[in-house]
Amino acid sequence: MKPEGKRLVWNEYQKEIANDNYFYVRSCVRQNFFPAAEKTFLRYMKEMGRNVFENPSHTTCSGIGYHSDIVPFETAMTMVARQFALMSEAGYENFVTSCITSFGLYSEVLETWEHFPAVEEKIRGHLRNATGREFVKPKNLAHASDVTFKLRKDISKAGKYRLINHITGNPIRVVEHIGCHYSKMFPSKGVGGAEYPYVLIGMIEEWGGEVIDYPERRHCCGFGFRQYLVKANRGYSVSSSKKKFDSMKPYKPELILTNCPGCPMFLDRWQYAISEMEGTTYGENGQGIPVMTYEELAGLILGYDPWDLGLQVHQVPVEPLLEKMGIPYDPAKKFLDINGNSMGKPKPPSSMKFY
Amino acid sequence: MEHSVIVIGGGVSGMTAAGMLAQQGFNVTLLEKEAETGGHAARWDRLFPDRKKASEVLDFIRKGMSRVKVITGITVVNITRNDKEFTVVTRGQVADGGSQMADIPHPASCIPHPASCIPHPASCILLATGYELFEARKKEEYGYGIYNNVITSAELEDKFRSGSPILTSEGKPPARIGIVHCVGSRDEKVGNLYCSKVCCVTGVKQAIELKEMYPASEVFNFYMDLRMFDRHFEELYYEAQQKWGVSFIRGRLSECAENPDGSIIVKTEDTLTGKPLKMTVDLLVLLTGFVPGRGMASISAMLGLTTGADGFTNSADSHTLNNSTEIPGIFLAGAVKGPVSISESIADARAAAIQIEVYLNSDKPGND
Amino acid sequence: MIDFGYTLTRDRQFDYDRGDLRYYRLVRSLEPSIDLCIGCGSCSATCSAAQFTNLNIRKLHTVIRRGDTTSIKAGLRKCMFCGKCQLVCPRGVNLRNLILALNRAIEQLG
Repeated sequence: MKPEGKRLVWNEYQKEIANDNYFYVRSCVRQNFFPAAEKTFLRYMKEMGRNVFENPSHTTCSGIGYHSDIVPFETAMTMVARQFALMSEAGYENFVTSCITSFGLYSEVLETWEHFPAVEEKIRGHLRNATGREFVKPKNLAHASDVTFKLRKDISKAGKYRLINHITGNPIRVVEHIGCHYSKMFPSKGVGGAEYPYVLIGMIEEWGGEVIDYPERRHCCGFGFRQYLVKANRGYSVSSSKKKFDSMKPYKPELILTNCPGCPMFLDRWQYAISEMEGTTYGENGQGIPVMTYEELAGLILGYDPWDLGLQVHQVPVEPLLEKMGIPYDPAKKFLDINGNSMGKPKPPSSMKFY
Repeated sequence: MEHSVIVIGGGVSGMTAAGMLAQQGFNVTLLEKEAETGGHAARWDRLFPDRKKASEVLDFIRKGMSRVKVITGITVVNITRNDKEFTVVTRGQVADGGSQMADIPHPASCIPHPASCIPHPASCILLATGYELFEARKKEEYGYGIYNNVITSAELEDKFRSGSPILTSEGKPPARIGIVHCVGSRDEKVGNLYCSKVCCVTGVKQAIELKEMYPASEVFNFYMDLRMFDRHFEELYYEAQQKWGVSFIRGRLSECAENPDGSIIVKTEDTLTGKPLKMTVDLLVLLTGFVPGRGMASISAMLGLTTGADGFTNSADSHTLNNSTEIPGIFLAGAVKGPVSISESIADARAAAIQIEVYLNSDKPGND
Repeated sequence: MIDFGYTLTRDRQFDYDRGDLRYYRLVRSLEPSIDLCIGCGSCSATCSAAQFTNLNIRKLHTVIRRGDTTSIKAGLRKCMFCGKCQLVCPRGVNLRNLILALNRAIEQLG
């Protein structure tokens, strides 16, 4: 492997990311999947001295419905137009999305309007008729992982921990997986393009880890919308994830890092499902491979308490990674809520090592 | 005869035409941007379909060039036209690369580097600027420049020419080799819809050569169609199957990845069985196609020549005036017009030389 | 083990590295012309059995060359040995002998 070859590719996909004053829109599903990821983003953005504004009346972008063939494009565009209106009304021009599918949809809508100005006018009309709102298109559109990528050095500087095994001194071996709607639709809109996306690799490298390139790196995480949403198709979903795990296993990954709502969900939950379906686990000594969002990982680097990051709701236990990185955690507090009351404890899995 | 002819480009076409025109008594100057003439053929070891040494072909052409004034290591910076006469202005390191430089006075008007700018008068110009090989790195999913065991067909020829053994980057003889057709050709994604034509037979030739070197190895050619368009090509394909056991899988490679041991995993559809297929190869050879020559865009702009959607230069008529352009006195030969084999380049260059001779000897310039 | 109501799907991707090339090697030693196929499909187009069964003689000898042996036996049983495939082959593949060789391979290798 010649890393300099990848750098040449990355150089061709540079992207402008705003430095401050962001209008932030949330994902409709991430707070269920990874409950503290968005909260953690807001926390470190504040600590990094950045202004992030949220309007509580913002809604789903409808991307999940659009990509599941139940929301027509015109409806989706009007929903997007309303989000832009909320941004304009608040006096912001840098739009940041938490969700990859939202990012893909916003990019697709802006690109559509670029090529078909009449469509934009029509949607402006729809929004006006429905809500009386007007909007200005964002000056800069970025995904929250782009913004985190931009701040990766600041996070590293302020950080207490690194992606390094504190006992052996070796870098933690990390697999990265990018959401399809991040750069496959528009390679030029993702940091590093679509073939060798750099957005997560940049964070892993900066925070001390070692990136693993394995043969099924480009394969679907297992979400794929329809293959998961229809229960009859879920065998495809879990088999897709399994194909990736089987391919990455020989490289002994210690962490999977993601930037999409769906990827960490399926790479995490399906490890558990596969362990229950056929007894296979993919980490060392019967453990799973911990899976994280970039916000959660940034939180760990910055020394936030793992249980404040919501890592206890991951199906694959994260403790092996915490121990390698030398991050202290209190097992007794794992399943306590913020008031110190018990949240209940999950039943231990039959094959995967439980903590 | 006093007519001067400038030939731009010192590959097979330019050298052949320059030699012929000089033998007819014209005052011929050949301009080449590289330090040596020979073009891409100088890089090739053996040629399809009969495995003749490329160096023998070049030696043959050079024998006819004794009366050609050759200037290497220079680039064309301007071409001006005054009625029926042209002036080609070049710039280059006069002292470098063993360039043979005629004693021509420096023009006062030549900017920006007057000291190294040389005007060359010409009654007509033959553009034999050729092509470049497609930059394999642009097919990002094949990992050229990233994975050590992914090489181009031209790099394989370098190894054949040097006589050094073909080894993987780990220093081992390859037990399984993949050869990928159509890299940078017939591919809308890289902007090249056209077929580069000679890669198919090159892939078959290189497969045989690798089998000769390593009879126990498995060699797989991944192709979309095998376009064996010329005499003896189909027979070479047959020989590859019958005598050498080369396997042909009809399916375009979708992507490559690297195994921990440095070998390459390729993915394709085996379209003849209708199944996705993956396979590990120790060495992967990319048959890179033709793309228009880098310098030709500026020359076209100087002269007002047109190019096709494929970026290659248009002739006045692709059937009847294939060596002429819309501009009297400007002629074309070889791969400047699109992908060609070496034998076609030679034939085309000879045709161009005859067209030029007719033009220069005619009372009516512009007749082809 | 838990039944989630769905199961793992078998990977359709053929892994050549895990292919079983024993049949191919044996057939090839008995009938070397197996290598000459160019995938034109004349054999399977004229095949009597192919009109009424799912036998595809072109695919059959292609999968053997890939080391994919899963469908060989079932396919072979449908051949009526009429030899029309061989008559039309533009590359001179000796398909009748190829089928005999394949039967031999199945006898030997199971």
